[in-house]
Amino acid sequence: MTAILSIRGVRKTFGGVVANNGISFDVPEGKIVGLIGPNGSGKTTLFNSIVGYHPIDAGSIRFQGREIASLRVPEIARLGLLRTFQQTGIYGKMTCMQNMIISVPQSSDRWRSMFRRVSPAETGKAEDLLKFIGLYAKRQLQAGDLSFGQQKLLEFAMALMNEPRMLLLDEPTAGINPTLINGLISRLRRVNREFGITLLVIEHNMRVIMRLAEYIYCLAHGELLAQGEPDAIQNDQRVINAYLGAR
Amino acid sequence: MNPAFMRLSLYAGVAILALLAPILVPDYRTQLAFLWVMIVFALTWDLQGGQMGYNSFGNILFFGIGMYACAVLQRDSGLGYFPALFLGMGVGALLAVAVAALLGSGMLGLRGHYFAIGTLGLGIAAGELAGGWEFIGAGAGMVPPLFPGAIGGRESFFYYLCLAVAAITFAFLRWLYAGRFGLAINAIRDDEDKAEAMGLRTTQYKTTAWCISALFLALSGAAVGNMIGFIDSRETAFAGATFGVWMVLMAILGGKGTLWGPVIGAVVFHLTKELFWTYLLGWQRVALGLLIVIIVVFFPRGILGWVHERWPERFGRRVEGSEVKQ
Repeated sequence: MTAILSIRGVRKTFGGVVANNGISFDVPEGKIVGLIGPNGSGKTTLFNSIVGYHPIDAGSIRFQGREIASLRVPEIARLGLLRTFQQTGIYGKMTCMQNMIISVPQSSDRWRSMFRRVSPAETGKAEDLLKFIGLYAKRQLQAGDLSFGQQKLLEFAMALMNEPRMLLLDEPTAGINPTLINGLISRLRRVNREFGITLLVIEHNMRVIMRLAEYIYCLAHGELLAQGEPDAIQNDQRVINAYLGAR
Repeated sequence: MNPAFMRLSLYAGVAILALLAPILVPDYRTQLAFLWVMIVFALTWDLQGGQMGYNSFGNILFFGIGMYACAVLQRDSGLGYFPALFLGMGVGALLAVAVAALLGSGMLGLRGHYFAIGTLGLGIAAGELAGGWEFIGAGAGMVPPLFPGAIGGRESFFYYLCLAVAAITFAFLRWLYAGRFGLAINAIRDDEDKAEAMGLRTTQYKTTAWCISALFLALSGAAVGNMIGFIDSRETAFAGATFGVWMVLMAILGGKGTLWGPVIGAVVFHLTKELFWTYLLGWQRVALGLLIVIIVVFFPRGILGWVHERWPERFGRRVEGSEVKQ
């Protein structure tokens, strides 16, 4: 089994604060991997480092065997490594359909593609994905008028529209109505299985991540604290201490 | 009536009125020519300020570049009047596009207020430079060559020239907004970080959008320089305090980020401005200032923006069909 993403010795500091320190792990291709840890343990910082949002101080990040630590956000996105945002990233003044259509993968033909018309195939694909996520009836509404949970679903659909190889999801179930969480979990599984998209998921809801992920990494104080199958992580004394405080 | 037919009759009506105006109201040809220029101002400003979310206060730079470049070519090329004029318009447009591309690659990295303030400096600096450069007349200004045709032909010619520039600008932007480009710059306006995270080449889109504005502004600048018949660095070419501010106001008045908003805004603004200058002479600037305050306070989203907000379902923003089962 090959690693689609491998991180070696990643370190990131903000002034005197060490947000990530010597983190190394692999995400195998085609798997769903969880990333957990108490608040402030450096999960989102690590996500930002991976997608090129800020430069890292030391270490190496390889995606599909290619070093991406020095690339910038749009370049990494075009390689097929996408992230979603904790506080939703959608285009608020555009309709849901427009949000979807502008999320198509960027072609390498930079100048001609700029002035392209929207093709019926793209429209059809956008409609299918909105049906898949359950927002089809609201496709002509402004994205900013959707509820927070619906915006997160839309953001997820936009990411799928981009046909990524791998998705980094930052708390996909936060703010989503608990009755819809089961639906979201099954959709994440289907996306992983049917589209072959590797998922790396930050999640605070333990019930969700233990059911969803096949393998889990746990961060604490900016360092990798533990790793293992969900069952092992759940019973790991170090993880319990990190969350609840050691006795 | 179906919407396509209504749209077609609207365009046809506007086109017929526009083409017949010099015959119907010959005394107002120059004022109406300026109306078309105002529409170009508002449309090209809205491409950045409205559609892309980058408020530019320096777009007047490209207008002035087009005006001066055309006049210099008319003076020095030795060609006949019309070949020199059209070649000058082309050269002015190319020069403005080149300047926009050069400035854009640096300045469009600035966001929000920083970009607005940065561009504010552009128009002022250009005015000062032009005012001190002997080659283009410095403070004494430039006089484009005299129009060769019969008396009265000049007004009609420049009316139709400005009309053509405005019509081409509108048609091009309409085509642009209907495709990927329009969606991309809207996405940049709504959330540029997200657009980058989705792999959009944001810098390329932003620079190209500015170049498009520069192109049409330079064309209108070349026409206006000849229409007025005198080029002053700060009063006509780089007139930031008048044209430069008006282009922002007209787009906001009509409705930022819509295709028709800037057109409506330009018409309303130009008409009220001309009326103020005619009937409130002496107080015209006070009245204009009051109008600006009223626009910003009561119509922060502009005329068309207000209509959109009031009747969203008229513009297709509604829940459709039944939700598929979760």
